[in-house]
Amino acid sequence: MTLTSLAFYLFATVAVASSFMVISSRNPVYSVLFLILTFFNAAGLFVLLGAEFLALILVVVYVGAVAVLFLFVVMMLDIDFAELSEGFLQYMPIGATVGLILLLELLLVFGASSTLIDTKPLPQATPDGMTNAEALGRVLYTDYIYFFQAAGAILLVAMIGAIVLTLVPSNNPKKQNIAAQTARTRDDAVETVDVEPGQGI
Amino acid sequence: MLQNLTLILPEMILFLGAMGLLMIGAFSKGDSTRTVNLGAIAILALAAATAGSFANNAQATAFNGAFVMDSFAALMKVLTFVATGIAIIMSQGYMRLEKLARFEYPVLLLLAAAGMGMMISANDLIALYMGIELQSLALYVVAAINRDSLRSTEAGLKYFVLGALSSGMLLYGASLIYGFSGSTNFVEIAAAFQPQDGILPMAQVLGLVFLLAGLAFKISAVPFHMWTPDVYEGAPTSVTAFFASAPKLAGMAIFLRIMMTGFENALVAWQQIIILLAILSMVLGAFAAIGQQNIKRLMAYSSIGHMGFALVGFAAASAAGVSSVILYMTLYVVMTLGTFACILSMRQDSGPVERISDLAGLSQTRPFMAFCLAVMMFSLAGIPPMAGFFGKLFVFRAAIDAGLYSLSIIGVLASVVGAFYYLRIVKVMYLDAPADEVNEPMPRELSILAGVMTAFTLLFFVYPSPLVELADKAGAVLMQDGMVATDMLQEHLAGH
Repeated sequence: MTLTSLAFYLFATVAVASSFMVISSRNPVYSVLFLILTFFNAAGLFVLLGAEFLALILVVVYVGAVAVLFLFVVMMLDIDFAELSEGFLQYMPIGATVGLILLLELLLVFGASSTLIDTKPLPQATPDGMTNAEALGRVLYTDYIYFFQAAGAILLVAMIGAIVLTLVPSNNPKKQNIAAQTARTRDDAVETVDVEPGQGI
Repeated sequence: MLQNLTLILPEMILFLGAMGLLMIGAFSKGDSTRTVNLGAIAILALAAATAGSFANNAQATAFNGAFVMDSFAALMKVLTFVATGIAIIMSQGYMRLEKLARFEYPVLLLLAAAGMGMMISANDLIALYMGIELQSLALYVVAAINRDSLRSTEAGLKYFVLGALSSGMLLYGASLIYGFSGSTNFVEIAAAFQPQDGILPMAQVLGLVFLLAGLAFKISAVPFHMWTPDVYEGAPTSVTAFFASAPKLAGMAIFLRIMMTGFENALVAWQQIIILLAILSMVLGAFAAIGQQNIKRLMAYSSIGHMGFALVGFAAASAAGVSSVILYMTLYVVMTLGTFACILSMRQDSGPVERISDLAGLSQTRPFMAFCLAVMMFSLAGIPPMAGFFGKLFVFRAAIDAGLYSLSIIGVLASVVGAFYYLRIVKVMYLDAPADEVNEPMPRELSILAGVMTAFTLLFFVYPSPLVELADKAGAVLMQDGMVATDMLQEHLAGH
């Protein structure tokens, strides 16, 4: 019990601290790296809750794909983030007010939930001693096949949309010609030139 | 399993057809747009016929109650698929002339139609969300399909951002509803959403309101209408014609189903919201359209107003109310498609024109087109004996039967104000000096479609009973479905 508490406080503290660093550090690359740290700690919290599948997905999808994508975007776009975040202190009071109102509203909602009529007992995270991944696997392709396929259809539409909106049909597409590449010899590609000193080519 | 697959046959036809056409488009040498267009129309017709074959079957569910097929779903699916098919037929010439003809357009419309079918048959919050997203994502893309035009891309972006916001609201509402009912299934939600002493618990109301806001966005009811005029104006006209027809039908269908089955016991909580949405939509639709110069923007406000009139029947929350909404939406879609067949024909040799003043004196230069447009405008204004009048009649009768007198009075007044701008178009066409702005001949397929829609609108009063009976039957089924939910509720209570 104490070990679990200790782990919870460790993960929670690091998660909060690193998410604060995400918005406060001046270098956007540092921000993304701290974001990755936040994701890892959130994954740790999921493991403590007994949701190891979510923890795995968080690391694989968010760290492996999304954060790395962010990193590429941040590096490729030459945006002066220091200038963008200049007004941070200026907007702080109003931002804090909005955050406070949101927090109060959420507390109100969850406060109201305790006075509610009998709701069903929550489903168990690990039914019949199965792991999350196994439990999910049993229903994802059987009971939930309809939703699963619909999600696939949505992704297909997203892919068609991205192609429709960005692909410019080119008359001179840059295609790899493997035969030409392998047939190329040293004689085709390299030429030795004797350059007289002081004259150039 | 076999029953599951039989029930989703219309959606499967659309989805597999879309993938097949995508392959044809991607791998065929040369321009395959025409082939894919014709293929898409054939697939939509097949899907509509399949959906229609369920019309007389008893209600059946598939995938553990996530998907429901009944007369209501069958009728709405047939209408939606036919409207999508007509939108594809109307788009062909316009897209070719505007150099936008791409085989992906009909494919995206097919996938959107599959999403609409899923929405109409949704009986579960996850199924509802999946259907809405499949439809919306395809719509965002086709709004921006003229990617070299600033207005079209702006329309796509605006639609996407606001649509994502509304999806967020819908999801937040859905998560609250799930949290406070313990299920995503509409029937089980109905059992959990029980007012105590005439009041629904606060947290459940909050979830319901967020869900309503998300759905109201999809049918562009005021105050969630902001995207409509800009998207209608910016998107290519053939895309606007589609936006104004099929997605509105599907949105209204799922709106009806979730309120009449999932929240049938929580009527006290949502009826007032629907009344407010109806009043605001009718009034804004009537007044904001008066100053418009662009006919596509005018049609956007017109569609907002008509959603308000349909919501009047909705607010009645009775079998007659539901059937009046179905009838109203059907007539609205026919009138809208007929109007857009005329708007798509507004061309000069240099390109399309879309100002209302360009229609000046059309009765002398293009008498047939002017006649069709005039009939559509009279019908949209609700002047007897056009079809639009009967739509309004049924809607208001249902509201009065339910005791919503002030709502009906506001509706009639808004309808009178709205008649002004519809009649202004007729006046511009028949009484103003010819401007000769529209000088290209009307394309053949558009004139045939406009003629058919005009004949339907004009002659609906002669023999309205088949459509009215279908709508009545579908409305009764949807309300009876509520009865099933009530029975389940009684069992649920007996169990405690």
